[in-house]
Amino acid sequence: MRTRTVLTAMSIAMAGMLATQFSHAGTLENVKKRGELRCGVSDGLAGFSAPDAKGRWQGIDTEMCRAVATAVLGNPEKVTFVPLPNSERFTALQSGEVDLLSRNTTWSASRDNSMGLSFPGGVLFYDGQGFMVHKDAGVTSPKELDGATVCTQSGSTSEMNMADFFASHSLHYQAVTFESPAQLLAAFEGGRCDSISIDSSQLAALRSQLKDPDSGVILPEMISKEPLAPMVRRGDEAWGKVVSWTLYAMLNAEEMGITSKNVDALTAAPKSPDMARLLGKDGDFGKQLGLSNDWAHNIVKNVGNYGEIFDRTVGEHSPLKLARGKNALWNAGGFQYAPPVR
Amino acid sequence: MLRPSTTIPPREHGPLWRDPRVRAFVLQAVMLLVAVVLVILLTNNTLSNLAAQGVTTGFNYLSQRSGFGISQTLVEYSANSTYADAFTVGLLNTLLVAGLSIVTCTLLGLLVGMARLSSNWLLSRCATVYIEIFRNIPMLLQLLFWSALMMSVLPEFKKSYSLWGVAFLNKKGLVLPWVEFSSSTWPLWLALALGLVAMLVMRNINQYRVRRGKDGWPVRWLTLALIVLPPLVTFFCSSIHASLSLPKLTAFSSRGGIHLIPELVVLWLTLTLYAAAFVAEAVRSGLASVPNGQREAATSLCLPGGLTMRKIVLPQAMRVIIPQLASQYLNVIKNSSLGIAIGYPDLFAVYGITTLNQTGQALEIMATTMAVYLALSLLVSLLMNLINARMALKER
Repeated sequence: MRTRTVLTAMSIAMAGMLATQFSHAGTLENVKKRGELRCGVSDGLAGFSAPDAKGRWQGIDTEMCRAVATAVLGNPEKVTFVPLPNSERFTALQSGEVDLLSRNTTWSASRDNSMGLSFPGGVLFYDGQGFMVHKDAGVTSPKELDGATVCTQSGSTSEMNMADFFASHSLHYQAVTFESPAQLLAAFEGGRCDSISIDSSQLAALRSQLKDPDSGVILPEMISKEPLAPMVRRGDEAWGKVVSWTLYAMLNAEEMGITSKNVDALTAAPKSPDMARLLGKDGDFGKQLGLSNDWAHNIVKNVGNYGEIFDRTVGEHSPLKLARGKNALWNAGGFQYAPPVR
Repeated sequence: MLRPSTTIPPREHGPLWRDPRVRAFVLQAVMLLVAVVLVILLTNNTLSNLAAQGVTTGFNYLSQRSGFGISQTLVEYSANSTYADAFTVGLLNTLLVAGLSIVTCTLLGLLVGMARLSSNWLLSRCATVYIEIFRNIPMLLQLLFWSALMMSVLPEFKKSYSLWGVAFLNKKGLVLPWVEFSSSTWPLWLALALGLVAMLVMRNINQYRVRRGKDGWPVRWLTLALIVLPPLVTFFCSSIHASLSLPKLTAFSSRGGIHLIPELVVLWLTLTLYAAAFVAEAVRSGLASVPNGQREAATSLCLPGGLTMRKIVLPQAMRVIIPQLASQYLNVIKNSSLGIAIGYPDLFAVYGITTLNQTGQALEIMATTMAVYLALSLLVSLLMNLINARMALKER
């Protein structure tokens, strides 16, 4: 673990020293040339990215990777998943070890502006930080956690939000931090922590992994905004556009009612001018991104629209069973809103 | 036949570049210059490239608000402290666990090493089993094992073991009564340090006197007095008040007293048990290196076994033991960074992971973290070399 952090730090140094054209290399061309997308994901978080029983990576973050691979290479399987712990994700992207970071990472000002990285646009999952407590503790609000031991992931925004929350309510707490979700889970079950405080979607994932899921209670109160979004290197606009428009294509597809099942029929006979443009029957919106014109068709055909992905990874048809909530489309009471294709 | 000296031609010095000493010097100087220029160029290039990529560089982040909590802080620290403070907290936590472990692994290793060579069959076999088990299992596994064991053995917070209502043991650690001072205690520490210096001076003067044939001072009593009296006198003469702080359990934790987190105890225990196995081997090889004749000579002088060990065998064995001991101490310091696996907030966890992630200053932080471990290791090597030099065989 440590050696790898040192190595990635060194490779940034190397990249900084040697490659003068580092940031202008053109990730899109590189990925096309390589014939494969290298995608940084979380190292095992149910619903977001975790290998299933057959060893295939599953989750909303990994589906985002597959969608980008489909948009660029026309094939959702041309992805190498690089599992990254919290502490290594940014260095891995900075150093070029991955082309894209799709790893439940919160969009924040400092991350967008000071690390040579950027969030190209579009939020994959609107989240907020919550608390899980032991059922027998009888706690109903995080404000009742005065003096509690609260465990969280090291190097996360959760660590900071938690400190702010307890300070602003003049409460005492003891923070114990762990690197991996598995360690967090063990510490909670073992009784070291009174509470775990991380993004509520992750809490749901951890709760589903408890030996007795009913022994953990997720408190309804949220203490932060956590827009989880894909991340790329700064200064490569073309690549950023590909990533954000891949997400927009999936959102627009859901809005227009295009699914992986009906996409072929709708491409043959689009029901509206909007649909014709998105599916590549009118205009050259795919070409403008440096992709083939049927990019959106391919994404929906191979990976699905946003709603389908949400459903099978974190929503109704997944073990997490999260409600769409804030992640519903804008015309269904949620925040998800993609710019129009025109 | 000797020729008259006048016929010897004056020694040719030749051109400067043919003098091997001059040549060597110039060559080294040029190499050094090239190395320095290369480092400067690379650094400049790196910085300008990083700037072009929009990566903030420099150490300005150190004065920014850290904004996160740490479970064990030896100095005043809160989320409002700076990243520099977080660095200090992490460094002190590393020093604490490494220091404690170095002391205990030395004592345990000495005992086990001597037990291994004992003539008592059972004792020596027990020592062998201990060494083989703890030396051959990776430390990370041992750490996770003890951590899991500790967590399953300790009671829940609500069912804490209580010792007469003043000390509590549970999954969140051990809470003990503690002395609380009304103000900063640095004068006491200063007095202690001055006392220690005075003690060293006193011992040297005494040695000098004894060598000159004068009567020795009562060194033991003087040593005790010089260590104990200065802090005591300072305490009673200053305005520092001490009071006993008794812990009280609240809904989730305790107030007052001192709180020992379980992660510290587990890491301390593991480092001790792991390193002691290696120390024991060093002790064994040291003892084995002392020729049997030395023991036999002592026996023939009717010296008791304990005295033979303390005055004759150990001092000679130390020359073999100390260099190996030094490398074990370095391992203890480096291995303490494994504490991250169980959530111990050491330098690597607090600074190398959390601070790095919050600020994104990977280069600066990895460089300083490595520099700190390097400096600690060099310092320990230096100290051990000094001790080794004192212990080395002196031929008079």
